[in-house]
Amino acid sequence: MNVLIYLVPMALLLGLTGLAGFLWSLKSGQYDDLDGAALRILPDDDIDS
Amino acid sequence: MAEKLDLSMFVERGAAGASHMTLAVEGVACAGCIRKIENGLTKLPGIIDARINFTQRRLAVDWRDGEIDAAGIIKAIEGIGYQAHPFAPERVEADDSAQAKWLLKCLAVAGFAAMNVMLLSISVWAGNVSDMTQETRDLFHWLSALIALPAAAYAGQPFFRSALRALRARQLNMDVPISLGVVLALALSVFETATHAAHAYFDSAIMLLFFLLCGRYLDLAMRRKTRVFAGNLASLKAEFAHRLEASGELTQVPVAALNPGDRVLVRPGDRIPADGAILGGTSEIDESLVTGETLPRAVGAGTTVYAGSINISGALTLRVTAAGAGTLVEEVQRLLDKAIAAKSQTVRLADRAAQFYAPVVHATAALTAVGWLIAGASPHDSIVIAIAVLIITCPCALALAIPAVQVVAAGSLFRAGVILNGGNAIERLAEVDTVVFDKTGTLTLPEPGIDETTDIDSDILERAARLALSSRHPLAAALARRARERIAYSGAVEEPGQGVRAVIDGEEARLGGAKFCGLAEPEQPTAARDSTASFITFTRGGKTATFAIRQALRPDAIAVAKALMGRGLHLIVLSGDRPAAVAPVANALGIGDWRAGLKPAEKIAVIDALQAQGRRVLMVGDGLNDAPALAAAHVSLSPVTAAHLTQAHADALFLGDHLKPVLRAVVVARRARSLMKQNLALAVIYNALAVPIAIAGLVTPLIAAVAMSSSSMLVTLNALRARLAADGGLAPAAVDRLPNPDSNGSAMSAEAASLSSVPFPKLTAKATPRPLLEDISA
Repeated sequence: MNVLIYLVPMALLLGLTGLAGFLWSLKSGQYDDLDGAALRILPDDDIDS
Repeated sequence: MAEKLDLSMFVERGAAGASHMTLAVEGVACAGCIRKIENGLTKLPGIIDARINFTQRRLAVDWRDGEIDAAGIIKAIEGIGYQAHPFAPERVEADDSAQAKWLLKCLAVAGFAAMNVMLLSISVWAGNVSDMTQETRDLFHWLSALIALPAAAYAGQPFFRSALRALRARQLNMDVPISLGVVLALALSVFETATHAAHAYFDSAIMLLFFLLCGRYLDLAMRRKTRVFAGNLASLKAEFAHRLEASGELTQVPVAALNPGDRVLVRPGDRIPADGAILGGTSEIDESLVTGETLPRAVGAGTTVYAGSINISGALTLRVTAAGAGTLVEEVQRLLDKAIAAKSQTVRLADRAAQFYAPVVHATAALTAVGWLIAGASPHDSIVIAIAVLIITCPCALALAIPAVQVVAAGSLFRAGVILNGGNAIERLAEVDTVVFDKTGTLTLPEPGIDETTDIDSDILERAARLALSSRHPLAAALARRARERIAYSGAVEEPGQGVRAVIDGEEARLGGAKFCGLAEPEQPTAARDSTASFITFTRGGKTATFAIRQALRPDAIAVAKALMGRGLHLIVLSGDRPAAVAPVANALGIGDWRAGLKPAEKIAVIDALQAQGRRVLMVGDGLNDAPALAAAHVSLSPVTAAHLTQAHADALFLGDHLKPVLRAVVVARRARSLMKQNLALAVIYNALAVPIAIAGLVTPLIAAVAMSSSSMLVTLNALRARLAADGGLAPAAVDRLPNPDSNGSAMSAEAASLSSVPFPKLTAKATPRPLLEDISA
């Protein structure tokens, strides 16, 4: 069971990274315009042909 | 000289000459539109950034002053092919947005904690029936505490704060038992962990918070969506006034930027932008939005006029006066204040349930502890079992039962074209047994249309309608909406106060008053022949046609009235208009109870008397004179064309030319209420099953977790049925696309053009009011 000593902190750390990622994306306004984000990937005019 | 456009009230000045403005944009429907507008704008000199929020149909623009201005940006967007309306963000919206972000953060923290604690809990449950050592179990419990305690302290704030607020006001709401349950569950778990016990309830506490936060967030998200839409509508409908500067120049300013003392020019066909006194000019004005009266009133210098009236014939100069100076506005405001003060705070279903539920639950827990003590259990065991009772009864399902239905019902109302202002309007709508309608603009269309009963040659109608495009007269505007080809004849000349003339295909055509069109005296239609209509005559090449222009019923008014009565509702018409104008409407709809010529105070008196009889009144009205009655009624609806003050006091607005949203609102609300009751019943059944197990002392954390999540799922799934029932079989209203405003600023008249309107039957049978109204007449 000694493996828990580093497995549990690692699992928690990974979870916390996910939470921090979500909070960051929330703060940077990525959820402000969900419908728009779905449409913005469609046009190709940002690609130099 | 081109008139200057002053939009400074919408512009936020930033540092170093940078400016920012938000605009509501119409017609943005695809990825291409986003690109076109954003690229088109950023190419312009001086634009720093332009970004469209597609979800909200809004455009945020930043630019450097001096290189381009607000009016230039709007013109540029118009050049790209879209209509943009400057937008003044409201405080409520900003508050909601901050609140939503906060809830989402709490939700994220609770979600993270719930997942990790559950991971540890499942290990403990599995270990308890196999070979887990006590040391490992304690480690897992302490780890759970490490995650759950800070997470609950953070994510539980929305509930703790609301519970504290309620307790300070010496009331109970659903958040009180929730907070108590969470805090006690956590405290008990810490104690049990410290004493090396086998069970801890960290997962229950944190999962409860997670489920409830989901409900809260969805509720707020729905409210935000309707609010954003309402904000866009308001900016679309925002009107501009022509302000006369001291230099004599005219500036176009948003109505909201007018101050008392400003001088304003009102051209024929324009809506009067603000309350004021006339300085110069004479005209007739249509005050139907203010008083419900459909006959125009003659006004001249010195007359007081009210915002929302339509100037018909001559140009007027107006001095804007502060609110309260006008007798009518003052009276309406005074009645409003009184009605709001008198309105008893209706207790929400959820709070009523909480007031009943919380004492019962807490008493049960206390009795359990006492019972086990008497039965000889140790104080520790008795308290543990009592707290288990509290945890299992913690109103997870109960607290979701009502918000979940509310979210779904508000969503289907939104799709049906009903925008809710207040949160508990759905519950109050469901209780309604009497519907009081205003006439003008509510049962009838907000703008007059031509009478369809008499046969009109479609060729003549088309020519007359196209000629009417060249006129600013409101009667001509009603005719012009019928033009299929929307191109004005070239060379058309308007003779103020008389009519328009043009040469069509080599023959002179005239549209206007009977005399202007050369009709002989006996042929002229007069008000005596038909007092409910105004007439406009068209003549070309010896052929003459006279169109009767009148307030037409909303296209589906008769069907809706019948359907409402079919659902057991009592209908009443209360109008400020003349009896001769109200009777035909009431007759057409089959409404026996009607009264005409009412002042605002009399409308309130009738509604108060009805409510004193125990009736729950839904008031539907649009005029300024209806505002106090709307506030006094149990619940109220307004068409979106209503006066500003009136809209502010309505519980919900409905869109479009149809009256069907009123029916839909009642149907959806009744359905929602029955689902709320079902959900409450489900929650009670759950408790009836779970509580005996808890009292018997058999609840383990595993049972608590399963019971709580399954009951929450059950009520949420049941709530979704509100959507199935409400949307099934009914055509969806086009809410997603924004309505087109026309030059008069009315949002719906573009649709009016394509819809046939039902004319009033002639005034033949005289209706007599039925006893109910005579009893209660003040």
